[in-house]
Order: sequence, then C-alpha cells, then structure tokens
Amino acid sequence: MILTYIEQDREKVNEASFEALTLARQLAEQTNAPLHAITIGSAADELVERLGAFGVRTLHVASSEALSAGNTAVEYAPAAYAQSIVEIIHAQKPAAVLAAGSERGNEIMAHVAAKTNLPMAANCIEVQAGDAYIVTRQRWGGSLFEQAKLKGATKLLTVAPNSIPVVTNSFVAQTVGTNKFVTTLSENDLRTRIISRVETSSGKVSLGEARVVVGGGRGVGSAEGFKILEELADLLGGAVGGSRVVTGLGWRPHADQIGQTGNRIQPELYISCGVSGAIQHLVGAKGAKHILAINTDPDASIMYKADYAVIGDLHQVVPAISAEMRKRRG
Amino acid sequence: MNILVCIKRVPATGGKITLTPDAQEIDARMLGFTISPHEECAVEEAVRLVEKHGGAATVLTLGPNGATEQLRDAMSIGVERAIHLETDGREFDPIATTNAIVNAIRGDGTNYDVLLFGNEAADTGDFQVGVRVAYAFGYPCVTGIKELAVNGNKVTAKREVPGGWEIFEVLMPAVITVKEGINLPRYPSLPGRLKAKKKPIATSQPAWQDGGLEKIKLMTPPEEAHQVEILGKGAEAAPKVVDLLERLGLL
Repeated sequence: MILTYIEQDREKVNEASFEALTLARQLAEQTNAPLHAITIGSAADELVERLGAFGVRTLHVASSEALSAGNTAVEYAPAAYAQSIVEIIHAQKPAAVLAAGSERGNEIMAHVAAKTNLPMAANCIEVQAGDAYIVTRQRWGGSLFEQAKLKGATKLLTVAPNSIPVVTNSFVAQTVGTNKFVTTLSENDLRTRIISRVETSSGKVSLGEARVVVGGGRGVGSAEGFKILEELADLLGGAVGGSRVVTGLGWRPHADQIGQTGNRIQPELYISCGVSGAIQHLVGAKGAKHILAINTDPDASIMYKADYAVIGDLHQVVPAISAEMRKRRG
Repeated sequence: MNILVCIKRVPATGGKITLTPDAQEIDARMLGFTISPHEECAVEEAVRLVEKHGGAATVLTLGPNGATEQLRDAMSIGVERAIHLETDGREFDPIATTNAIVNAIRGDGTNYDVLLFGNEAADTGDFQVGVRVAYAFGYPCVTGIKELAVNGNKVTAKREVPGGWEIFEVLMPAVITVKEGINLPRYPSLPGRLKAKKKPIATSQPAWQDGGLEKIKLMTPPEEAHQVEILGKGAEAAPKVVDLLERLGLL
C-alpha cells in the first residue's frame, strides 16, 4: 500500500497535497499497490470525491479530542499529526508514505522519520520503485537536483511543491472508503502545539499573491531608492520585494525577501530592478510567468532568465515607466 | 543558560552552479564558503540569548577540515567555544549527521537549555536533523521559527505563516530550528576576530555511516531554451515597457 498525507489547516486542504498524491499514484501503478490517503481533522465529502479521481481506495481520517475541543478541526501539533501517520505505518506497513514538501509536510514527515527511525527524502520530484527507491530530489531550493537511493521498510518522501503537474485518473476513479480513528497520543505528542495565532493584515497585496511584483537588488542603492519601485508597484496594484542582499543590508524587511530563504513569488510579471540574479534569488522568482529585467549590465545573470530586458539605470527607467503609465491614463 | 547552535558550511553560490566532473559536489574552486543562511541567524540568536540571559553559547559543525573557518566566524561574534565533528569530505546523510551530533552532545557533558538549528540547510535541504536530535533526547521541538523569547524555563516561539503568526510555547530544554529573518546578523568586529582565534575548538572524527539516504549523483536542472527580448536602453524604453504591460493585461 502507498499512503499519502493530505494536509489541511482548519479544514482548508493544501493543494500541494495533490502533487504528492500524483507522485504516489505513479508509485502505486509501478508497484501494483493500492493507494491510500490519510488526513487529520474532518473529511468533507468534497475531499473524498476528489480523492476518488486519483484512484484512492481508502481515506484514513484521524482525530484527537485533546486537539479539537469538540470541533472537527484538529489544532496543529506536529508530533501528534505524525503519530497518526505512525499508527497507520505500524498497522498496515505501507511501502511508502508521501506528503507535500510544504512547511508542515516536511515538518510532520521529519517527526514520522524520527519516531520510526526511518530515512526520509525531502522535496522529491521523481521516484523509481524498487527494493531501494531511486529518487530525484531538489537541492538548493530547486537550482540543483540530486539522484539518491532511499532505503527503509517504509520509504518516507516529501514532494517538492510546484514541480509536478497534478494528474487525476478518472479511468480508475472509485468510491473511497473512509476509516475513522482516534489517534492514541502521549503527553510528548502534545507538547509542541499552536497555543494562539496572530493575524497581520497590511491591507496590501502579498508578495506570494501579487500579479505584478517589482523587485529591487543591490542596484537600488539604498532604502530610499525603493520609493520609485513602490510608486510603480502602486500604479500596477502589485507588491514590492527585494533580493537577499537588500534584506541583509536592512534596506527592506526580511519579510519582503524574494529567494530561497524568503518568499516564492508567482506573478504574471516580475519586474526585477538592479538585481544581478544570484541563484538564491532566482529560486524565489522561478514561479513568475514573465520576467522583465532592468539592469545596467547586459551580461548580468538575470539576463539569462529574463524574457524582456531594458538596459539602463533603474533610477531613470523606473520613474519613466511610471510617468508613461500616468500619461496614457490621462 | 547554555545554548548549542549547530551550523553547516556550504559553498557561497553566485549566479551559476557548476559541478565537479564526478558530479558528486559543487565545483567550489571559484567560490568561497559560508554558514548556511538560516544557521547564520541561529548563531546571532544564540549570542543574543546569552547577552540577555547570561550563560554561554557553543557552536557545533559536522564538516571537513575547512569548516573551522565557519566555527571561527561564529566565535568572532560572541560564541565562546566550538565542537568540530571533522569529516574527510564525504557527505553524511540526515541519520548519520544526527547520530554524530547526538554522540557529540552526550560526550560534551554540558546540559544545553536550547539547541538551535537552521530550519533546513541551504544545500541538502533535508528538513529533519533538528527534529531527529530532539527525539534522541526526548526534547520538544519547534521548527521554522522567526521570533524567539525565553521567559523562566519557557520558550515562546513564533512561526510566520501567510497572513500572520502561529505561536508555540515549550519548556526547556528544547530544540528550535530557525529561519533567516529572525534577526539581522551582526558583522564581526576586528577585536572579535582576534579573540575568536584563541577560543577553543574540540575536534573529533565521527565514523561515516549509511543512514539509508545515499547520494548517487548531482544534476543541474535542464536549461530551457531561452531568448531575452531587449525592449530598449534607458528611459526611452518606457513606452515599450508600458506596451508590454498592456499586452500582458496588467494595466
């Protein structure tokens, strides 16, 4: 049996789970094994129906009174979530467990790995079944791949987000059986849990969701230099970000970083201004549909990733774009 | 309080990654090395905790001989001593790394209150060594932390999520894995650098172990055929840029 963890936070399913499920189904087909899924919390009918289209036979639904206080949602506690998966591993000995390589997916699977002392491969994009699995996984946030051998009685993998097209298989669509169970938790499983949440709302469009992102690098020159980028972003209803150099110098808060250790953006257009294009930055901009680079250096690394370029000083080019936009708008 | 901060030496990559001919490593001949970004912030956080609450910080790394450079960097901003688990350059997988760290901590004899790690190493991105070490000692673990406060025997740790923060509270001793952005690391001062040269490094050579995740080779992702369209030079290109914005439906 191949098991996939379907991630949900307060009953909202993380879509990256379906990428993990797509890879899990490939594995199930390679090895002629049944495909199961597990989720913690409630299983809305809609979820059960979606899983059927992937050929999932059984959905295990774990709950915990200690974490739900009478609600169907189960508050997040990584070790407790992991324990639910570990119970299924012990009871049904799956050949593999897969989860999304999201923050939580990687965290929960690390707990599963530590609890079972099994090896785990994070952020895989391909897998070949066998006695040991041959996996291709991302390193350096996806700028490098590693082919590796993964051993273990149950193979533990997470799947790199945004790297596998989600494919259902309506041909094998079937009714999904559900197996509801209450996880037996120890005190240790409950030690690390969310005790409260703080909502922050800037009222502005976030970097992760913006359709246009205006990003600045060292070439911007100073914190004040970002004013012209802000102005252009405002005209376009977009968001402003910066490279790691920029957040490291304190010109922008770290929350504005685009890169391997910051935000992953996926706008229609990323306007990069004075950014040289270090791989650490490009990893964060990989999701952009189009890149427009504004740079004085026609040989900068960013030029090899950009679709469009303006060769010139951003301090002249950016205000000129804003002015042209205002002119056309009248 | 006693803090242990575990760091990793990684190549300082620039605009392009080139592999060695045997595809086992990044060709680092033209690159320097650095502390992996999340861990660089973990070091700063360790020093700040000690400045605020007293005690001492120790830095640990598993890596080749050259990794003493990163240990000295950490000691130059206020870490007191270092543990170097020296390898012959061969990569230790997450389980082997965990075992080497756990043995070193047991052998060290210090009771650490907080064990700091990076959320994931920049190069291998395994996302698990901190968690595994926590289980080995039976400590609670919180990962991906961008704000940390110690109050008595309690640690309050905040994780940034889209639209807000998740707040955790655990008792010490605890393992915390942090993310870049938790602080802005300071630059070492010259006196700091000089002092660091005299601080002690305890070196040992842990045995390599097959932990069940074995690297076969590294590969650079396939390059997409790519052509950049130059819209123009300087401010005069503005009308063409706005034409592009219009074409993409962004106006």
